[in-house]
Amino acid sequence: MKLEELQNGFRSWLTTASDDAAATLGGAHQPGLAVYQNNYRAQLVNSLGATYPQVRSWMGEDNFMHAAVKHIDNHPPHSWTLDAYADEFGETLRDIFPRNPDLHELAWIEHALSTAFVAGDAQPVPAADLASVDWESAQLRFTPTLQTAPATTNASDIWWAMQEGEQHPEGSMLEEPKGHVAWRRGYVSCLRTVSQIELDAITQVQANGSFSGLCDFLVEQLGESEGVATAGGLLADWVGSELITGIE
Amino acid sequence: MSKSLPSMAGYGLGLRKEHYRDFLETDVPVDFVEVISENFMVAGGQPRHILRQIRERYPVALHGVSMSIGSADGLRIDYLARLKALVEEIQPVIVSDHLSWSRFQGFNSHDLLPLPYTEEALDIVCNNIDVAQNTLGRAMLFENPSSYLSFENADMTEWEFLAEMSKRTGCGLLLDVNNVFVSASNHGFDAQAFLRGMPSERVRQMHLAGHTQGNGLLIDTHDQSVPDGVWDLYSEAAARFPYAATMIERDDNIPPLSELLAELDIARQHGIKEAA
Repeated sequence: MKLEELQNGFRSWLTTASDDAAATLGGAHQPGLAVYQNNYRAQLVNSLGATYPQVRSWMGEDNFMHAAVKHIDNHPPHSWTLDAYADEFGETLRDIFPRNPDLHELAWIEHALSTAFVAGDAQPVPAADLASVDWESAQLRFTPTLQTAPATTNASDIWWAMQEGEQHPEGSMLEEPKGHVAWRRGYVSCLRTVSQIELDAITQVQANGSFSGLCDFLVEQLGESEGVATAGGLLADWVGSELITGIE
Repeated sequence: MSKSLPSMAGYGLGLRKEHYRDFLETDVPVDFVEVISENFMVAGGQPRHILRQIRERYPVALHGVSMSIGSADGLRIDYLARLKALVEEIQPVIVSDHLSWSRFQGFNSHDLLPLPYTEEALDIVCNNIDVAQNTLGRAMLFENPSSYLSFENADMTEWEFLAEMSKRTGCGLLLDVNNVFVSASNHGFDAQAFLRGMPSERVRQMHLAGHTQGNGLLIDTHDQSVPDGVWDLYSEAAARFPYAATMIERDDNIPPLSELLAELDIARQHGIKEAA
């Protein structure tokens, strides 16, 4: 048998555990095949569990294993790094539990914090540098670790309570839409819930970077006085939170 | 391209996160530490920062698990580029991976899957090693894996395959003594014959680890202390491979650092005894 055929057969065995696939490798009676099958699946379950510990706890072990098995059956891993296997698990959770937005958002939070932890490094802009900026033409750049998502549930409260080992609240919808913001400050992943207007402001800056464009957007939303004041307040907060890594 | 093999017959430990603080805040009595390459082939953040700090204090060996040197469809260029960047930054004393495959046509099993020891597989592996070594600009070491399956169409033994692979490509060998023990038990070959078949001058590192008894097979779990049978085999290996660095490789059920250092002391005593 050519090596290519063998590797194709092995892939088929790991992903389907079928007798046909086992036959290409000498037959399913060989105990070694079961070892590789078990290693493959255990490795992937462990990887999902490592990225989503709070999701696992929130769902309960049986539901988590059900979702993990379905994910493994439908999404063979393809990346060189096992860490990437967690990337599409949120979609699997949406498919299996379509009416649990708290679960979807909790999964987003854990994945965002996990990926922010190893995202590219960038030095934050120190507050002292702001004095010399020409704000008319200033372009803002966020840290490459920044990720945002709409918040419709109290998933961040659930995450924080679980993280602190406290009794977590029941899942519930927010009275008004907000945003989840995840990024890395120094070497520590951070999570914050922001207002809808701040989420929109971040999206605006991510799209074109212009500070004057941000001011225009906020003035349009909030009026002249409040819009300009909000732009200044957000900028100061973003700089203080090490979200801004470039002003050009 | 001829590339010299690393030469550092010292004693080291696999660095695991449970012991980061020990290694960063105290002078741990090791000659080197080995880390899993892929854990640090990330864009940034704390893992890379810690590895840079570790590198300031100890020589570092990079040990990979995802190169997939036996892939019939070749190596992934993006993987090699990431590894090369890490190698250039860390300047490791050793860069190693496994004689196995994990990836084929976009599928990555994340396991060290066995190769058939055929002439065709040897050609493919040697070609892939040439690509890897030329990309990195240095010789690599490749480790004998534990295996739970063998193939009827083999043209040679595992040790013959390793020796020929090393001869053709100039790569070094990382002899995992526990893996020899496990595979010898699982496949019924003579572990001593395996050691005798290894080209002495090309074995530049040895791993010591533990295993567990599975359902009719020994499983390479790395979650136990080194058992007596592996120590016995290491005793012979230490005499046979004088250019090899030795390391305790523990990946699960991680004990306090003092326990691993005690195991490393046993390895040192074996080395001293065999040298005498």
